[in-house]
Amino acid sequence: MDFEPSPEHEAFRRVIREFALAEVAPYAEEWDRTHTFPLETVAKMGDLGLFGLPFPEEYGGSGADFTTLCIAIEELARVDQSIAITLEAGVGLGANPIYQFGTDEQRQRWLPDLVSGRALAGFGLTEAGAGSDAAATGTKATLDGDSWVINGSKAFITNSGTPITSLVTVTARTGPDEISAIIVPAGADGFTVEPAYRKMGWHASDTHGLVFQDCRVPAENLLGERGKGLRQFLTILDDGRIAMAAIAVGVAQACLDDSATYASERSAFGRPIGSNQAIAFKCADMQVAVEAARLLTYRAAWLKDQNRPFKQAAALAKLYSTEAAVGATREAVQIFGGAGFVDETPVSRHYRDAKVLEIGEGTSEILRLVISRGIGLPI
Amino acid sequence: MRVVVCVKQIPDPASPFELDPDTHFLQRPEDQVLDDTDRYGVEMGLTIAEQTEGSVALVSMGPAGSLQGIRQALAMGADRAVVIDDPNLRGADSLATARVLTAAISREGFDVVIAGTESTDGYSGVVPQQIAELLNVPLLSFAKKVDLEGDRIRIERQTDYGFDLVEAAPPAVITVTSGVVEPRYPTFKGIMAAKSKPIDQVSAGELGVTTAAGQEIVAVRAAPERAAGEVIEDEGDAHLRIVQLLEQAKVI
Repeated sequence: MDFEPSPEHEAFRRVIREFALAEVAPYAEEWDRTHTFPLETVAKMGDLGLFGLPFPEEYGGSGADFTTLCIAIEELARVDQSIAITLEAGVGLGANPIYQFGTDEQRQRWLPDLVSGRALAGFGLTEAGAGSDAAATGTKATLDGDSWVINGSKAFITNSGTPITSLVTVTARTGPDEISAIIVPAGADGFTVEPAYRKMGWHASDTHGLVFQDCRVPAENLLGERGKGLRQFLTILDDGRIAMAAIAVGVAQACLDDSATYASERSAFGRPIGSNQAIAFKCADMQVAVEAARLLTYRAAWLKDQNRPFKQAAALAKLYSTEAAVGATREAVQIFGGAGFVDETPVSRHYRDAKVLEIGEGTSEILRLVISRGIGLPI
Repeated sequence: MRVVVCVKQIPDPASPFELDPDTHFLQRPEDQVLDDTDRYGVEMGLTIAEQTEGSVALVSMGPAGSLQGIRQALAMGADRAVVIDDPNLRGADSLATARVLTAAISREGFDVVIAGTESTDGYSGVVPQQIAELLNVPLLSFAKKVDLEGDRIRIERQTDYGFDLVEAAPPAVITVTSGVVEPRYPTFKGIMAAKSKPIDQVSAGELGVTTAAGQEIVAVRAAPERAAGEVIEDEGDAHLRIVQLLEQAKVI
């Protein structure tokens, strides 16, 4: 048994840590406050090859394993979740469906820009009436000559309205009991990106509702097999769950680091607050949660890298890590007291940002369902 | 152009360090990092090599350890490295260091040698000048900007008042200040490629250099602690006192 990361994984982690501290940390508070999507930083992440990490070199990728991607996501999330989700969604939900299910032509056309970070893509699955119940998709697409005509709407779609968004992959009903995935290029006629949501957190991440009114795209924009749209997206979500868990690990680690430092420096009643068991034990519990979350997450990534079944491991990692992250942000704010409630400390931002981790790419409830079924329970 | 960049592995400045109580030498861990100032030299070297379809070789003297710091520079894009790790060089002074590096540089062959202005752990700041002298080539020092103008190298030499324009034809030695160029971050592909790049570990003897440490560190003393600053209580006229202090310091 060996949990030692390779020297290359470690070297890469140091690079991303350094990048996050130099290129993200100084600006994260401002992006959060002004709801700014940091295009220049995304471009720098592109130069660093982050958007192409798990893709083959023929598309401009790095040919790295999934573990490497998780390391990058974790280290970015340690500083700012918005920038981490931009990468996670860009790779996992934007480029990955094209890579996994696209034809050669589709890959050649879309992947080089997505892989280099010059473009981003969104993943349009969720609807106002179809979240956890993705099979309830109401968006319809009908074949009219050599075009798909799409009508309907999507909700909460990450990276769907940035100035560099090149496409959104949407699921739509293409017949009775048939859901297919279709590539909708940005700017297609009849495709409207709604104004950004007012969100509780992830202010520097791009999230929109999308509306399709007689939106016409070429028939060859069908992604993968007709009628397999839902199954394809569930596969994509299994990968995404590990990556979301990696965000959670980064957040929880940040909360532990900040809490331990603050508990040692902040004095009350003439001594550091960390000398009280009530505070020290919160930090101790936080470290238990961080380490357990990290092990679950990297084990799931490792299983995926070994081409072994990882659906259950991914669900375990996402459920445990995101709940651990939300818990860690809550306790970190408590340790910081009033200083944690005002936006002058990162823990306040971490707290607002973390909640959605328990919702996106599989709610905690859906994950418990997945896990229960994985155990073999008749649920 | 054939570019040779002098680099140094140093203990991670973020980690606590200790001195050997007998020799007063820095105790070097197995895993050292690339000196931050060298990243500017490596980036400058890569830039020149890219402009001229040349190559970048690294030369470094000191305990090799895990070679982690050297691999950082290779991951940025340098082609190969020569590391002189020789127990006889332990505690070498700057001239001995320059002699060893000069021998390695001459063996590699070069059009341009690039170095940072000084190492972060040693701070003598004279090795590149000594290398230029030993190589008998011009020294373009303290460059805050480097341009290739035809067959000449032109630099802006940082001074207290601005900069001097200095130029020379290669071969030459250039020392670069932090900020001469923005160092690139190593990519994952770069890190993986660095695994298989050649690192030649040699002794001073193999380079034909016989030199010994010419110095002995007699004692190391802690620098005096800074005196506490002056606290000005504002009774309505604090700004006048602050202006006065700034004028005394010749800041304004």
